[in-house]
Amino acid sequence: MSAVDLTGPSRHGRLYWLLADCGNIVRRGLTHYQRQPVNIAWQLGFPILSVLLYGYVFGSAMTVPGGGDYKDFLMPGMFVMTMAFGFINTATVVVYDSTKGVIDRFRSMPMASSAVVAGRGVTDLVVACAELGIMMLTALAMGWRPDGGWGFLAAFGLLLWLRFALIWIGVWLGLLVPNPEAAGGLFAVAFPLTMISSIFVAPQLMPDWLGWVAAWNPISSTAAAARELFGTPVGGGDSWVEQHALLMAGVWPVVLTVIFLPLAVRRFQRLSR
Amino acid sequence: MNDGYAVRAEALEKRYGEKRALDGFDLVVREGTVHGLLGPNGAGKTTAVRILSTLIRLDGGRAEVAGLDVTRQAREVRARIGLTGQYAAVDEVLTGRQNLEMFGRLFHLGGRRARARAVELLEQFDLTDAADRGVGKYSGGMRRRLDLAASMILAPAVLFLDEPTTGLDPRSRGEVWESVRALVAGGTTVLLTTQYLEEADKLASRITVIDQGRAIADDTPDGLKNLVGGDRVEVVVAERAELPRAVKVVARVSDGEPETDEDALRVHAPVTDRVNALTEVARTLRDEGVRVEDIGLRRPSLDDVFLRLTGHRTDVPQSKEASA
Repeated sequence: MSAVDLTGPSRHGRLYWLLADCGNIVRRGLTHYQRQPVNIAWQLGFPILSVLLYGYVFGSAMTVPGGGDYKDFLMPGMFVMTMAFGFINTATVVVYDSTKGVIDRFRSMPMASSAVVAGRGVTDLVVACAELGIMMLTALAMGWRPDGGWGFLAAFGLLLWLRFALIWIGVWLGLLVPNPEAAGGLFAVAFPLTMISSIFVAPQLMPDWLGWVAAWNPISSTAAAARELFGTPVGGGDSWVEQHALLMAGVWPVVLTVIFLPLAVRRFQRLSR
Repeated sequence: MNDGYAVRAEALEKRYGEKRALDGFDLVVREGTVHGLLGPNGAGKTTAVRILSTLIRLDGGRAEVAGLDVTRQAREVRARIGLTGQYAAVDEVLTGRQNLEMFGRLFHLGGRRARARAVELLEQFDLTDAADRGVGKYSGGMRRRLDLAASMILAPAVLFLDEPTTGLDPRSRGEVWESVRALVAGGTTVLLTTQYLEEADKLASRITVIDQGRAIADDTPDGLKNLVGGDRVEVVVAERAELPRAVKVVARVSDGEPETDEDALRVHAPVTDRVNALTEVARTLRDEGVRVEDIGLRRPSLDDVFLRLTGHRTDVPQSKEASA
């Protein structure tokens, strides 16, 4: 029936196929962006619009504790926000695949099922790199001047490290919410969570209790650490968590991963119930 | 080692909390045949298919597919099955070709063979012209054919089709049936779930009827049809007073006893020569001036099978056809 030999013995071991399967899932994810480039525009539209609004509309009215230009303070925060909203994309793709039956097809095939999730994660990180690149070019065009060198690379790495941790929240939520429409509602949750942080305003300028919450928001640590490493104004307060931004920017993603990776894996395994 | 059986399930149990989705379900499917699994919504058809295709674990009993245990040899089973239907889908953003190539690589064919196999399947399922269009723009029938093609990449020994024509228009339905027949001619064993007796009758050489998680009948299509009787001619009159005359007219063409439903103002009776019987009844009713609301032929539906087997109805609406 088929002229193609379908029975050729597999010359490779399990690890090879895990990586190959993972690579094919990544390829699928990136082909989606290639076929629907407008999606990347949507994902970048909001942060770029925010940069323009906050930078130019509110910028002159904003102050940074310890001095410095608000735009320089804002840019690293926008990078963090782009990473933070990324979990919505992860969740959207996962909920789509699970409700439309694509994940079931993968699971009925002799491929490594962990590659479905791992491939999603790698795709998201590749996309995150592209997003950061475009955001940074926008920021440079608006006059943002970071320090170059290792500090810059370290900041880039910490931003991706945050995005990595958020993959698991995205996968978990994607398997939790009932339909793609519900995943759209995640934005309503994510937006206030990014506001109550040091992304737009230094926590010490907020009411005490709110400032405390904002300072302990995991994404605040990444924002503060990135500002420090970029050599742009930090606007940091005196609290312990703000004084140890670099440390916490490394630690928070570990905490998030330790909590949400097992939850995501358990949700995935529950598909077999 | 699998003694000519492609599927062999014994006393399958699956519970969801209090609900028993499968409650001692037995099934055997002969190699190289199409086997219908017929039942209403919620009877356990999909649960059975999901267990046999290794998607969910069973709580009791045991099942072999292509001679392999679905629990202990899940990975080996997956290399020998295909799954299409309600719960297995294709990627709607990618093109048809990109879908088949991706699934081919994930079936571990490697890039070159995956590409060649995609070309072959696009041809076989008559999708070559649409190959480089996004699947989102496909019609329902084309999408289902692509879905079938994706299930056939490794030319599997056993193909599970879970309600493959649900939601399709009659023309697309015909296309899918044609594809299934071609696959079986190529030697694939098919387990087909459906809510339609007509579909099972068209495709399957043997049918298992499932109700509340159990197999309640296992027979040939003819056997099942004999159980419920064949086609019926059906007349709905405008007024109760017309019923006795209608009964007389219907009785003339029938080879059985007409049944009357006084509330629905309906008379129906089994017929063998369906088209002649319908024409004859319509003509006689007109000649005698009986006032008629509706007249038609009805094939035995799943509902009729159920009524006969279990004494209760399904909540599936009766399929009516050829109303004149």
